[in-house]
Amino acid sequence: MTEVTELTRPEGEALDTKEVLLNLGPQHPSTHGVLRLVLELEGEYVARVDPHIGYLHRGTEKLAESFTYTQIFPLTDRLDYLCPPSNNLAFALAVEKLLGIEAPIRAQYIRVLMAELARISGHLLITGALPLDLGAMTALLYAMREREMIMDLFEMISGARMHTSFCRVGGVREDLPDGFFVKIREFCDIFPNRIRDYERLVENNRVFLKRTQGIGVISAKDAIDLGLSGPNLRASGVDWDIRRDEPYEIYDRLDFNVITREEGDCYARWQCRVEEMRESVRIIEQCLDQMPEGPFQIDMPTIAFPVDKDKVHCSMEALIQHFDLSAYGFKVPKGEVYSAIEAPKGELGFYIISDGSEKPFRMKVRAPSFVNLQGLFGTSNAHYLADMIAVLGSLDPVMAEVDK
Amino acid sequence: MSVRMPFNLITERFGEAIEDLGLAHGVHAFTAAPELILALCRFLKEHPALQFNFLSDICGVDHYPDVPRFEAVYHLYSLPNKWRVRIKCRLGDPPQIPSVIGVWRTANWHEREAWDMYGIRFEGHPDLRRIYMWEGFEGFPQRKDFPLRGYKDKLNPFGAEGPPPSQPDLATKNIP
Repeated sequence: MTEVTELTRPEGEALDTKEVLLNLGPQHPSTHGVLRLVLELEGEYVARVDPHIGYLHRGTEKLAESFTYTQIFPLTDRLDYLCPPSNNLAFALAVEKLLGIEAPIRAQYIRVLMAELARISGHLLITGALPLDLGAMTALLYAMREREMIMDLFEMISGARMHTSFCRVGGVREDLPDGFFVKIREFCDIFPNRIRDYERLVENNRVFLKRTQGIGVISAKDAIDLGLSGPNLRASGVDWDIRRDEPYEIYDRLDFNVITREEGDCYARWQCRVEEMRESVRIIEQCLDQMPEGPFQIDMPTIAFPVDKDKVHCSMEALIQHFDLSAYGFKVPKGEVYSAIEAPKGELGFYIISDGSEKPFRMKVRAPSFVNLQGLFGTSNAHYLADMIAVLGSLDPVMAEVDK
Repeated sequence: MSVRMPFNLITERFGEAIEDLGLAHGVHAFTAAPELILALCRFLKEHPALQFNFLSDICGVDHYPDVPRFEAVYHLYSLPNKWRVRIKCRLGDPPQIPSVIGVWRTANWHEREAWDMYGIRFEGHPDLRRIYMWEGFEGFPQRKDFPLRGYKDKLNPFGAEGPPPSQPDLATKNIP
């Protein structure tokens, strides 16, 4: 390897220097959406970074206040659009806690299965996109090939490739379709080898390593201080995963490892995600093995539509309840809840205050990407402008979630 | 969450100023006087038996037309002990509360968001700018008395009639 010569300012010589302000974005391929970074440059070094966000602000929280609980599911899809099932799950869990109900076991398995598929789909993008940002184009093309398989599975389950809206309060919308198990087993067989392929594509790529190892190091203390969560936090050596530490749904029945790395640099964050995909495949396989028979929706006509539509056609009460539910939604008891799940990007929390009506009084989304983006302030070493791209890419913000 | 959080530690230290709301859905909630928030957060973070070192979230709430109208809600998590707490501070109008940015740096954007959406002024925040809305935007969009579609103006023909905000200065100012 050739030595890189560091350029140093000549001693004692007063240079006529001036800080340069540079706009990176809002339209820039490596900002993964509409993010504008105002960079204060000292030569080629970034002295200060000031992210400007809000270009994609749709007012999800304000909108939610005028929507019924069921209508909010499509809104949550559009937060982290790479993994809508996780967002649906987080919201459904929060409302179910307020209602004091639990989805049937089969529904919980289906939700977890979909959330883990979503995790793979979300991580796949960054697995390919980080090398792409740094000039290695190949990985993304392969990653997209596998992501397509997941999109097909989503389409098979829910009819939609991206915005699945498959969760409902008290269960899921439908049962798994025929032939799904064959398809997903096929995916589980193929995918681990493909992960190996991605690693082989970049792990000996000297340029990629040089541009990610030791770049954008965030210490464990800084990471906690900045509120990072998910793979970004675990890459700094903090062993925290909500799936294991505050198990929700059926995660306590599953056996999986929490991946941590000590280095806290861009490469560690990338590696964490790749390893997590392996664990997700293991979780999916366990879900398939353990998947029980049974209802996929809670049997409460005031909250969930009846599975057996004949009831609605034959019974007056069922018809009234059905009409009531579709026209007005269901009432949620007064109270407040904060429910967090381990979404692919980190801690996704929903804080809902209910005033006893059909619509939330206040819904706050604790979006992981929004907080993770602050990791830009935590990188200890002053880095080159070009490294900014690596740091940003490795933090993996999804701007739709940042801007809510 | 096998061991219960020793809540009495907090009551012993702060006494009358906080009111226990009990444990519900895995989160221990209590109210606190807004002027105490900084000391309270420091105490929760630094006490060896509590160690609430992770700030999950800060959010504003508008209880219009109730009085006091506003509320700042803090969600804290203890990574070593796996406890969650929620601190609720009722604020008057105009809402003001000390910033906790000195305790957790992550508070920076959460507080900017609450300022942008509810107009809660966090005293001591070094950089309290709008975060989602553009510079020059008037009003606080998530307040209950702000119409869902915004106010009618040149750029928003479908907005609600109402006190027309002074024309936003669209010539970008102070934007480098």
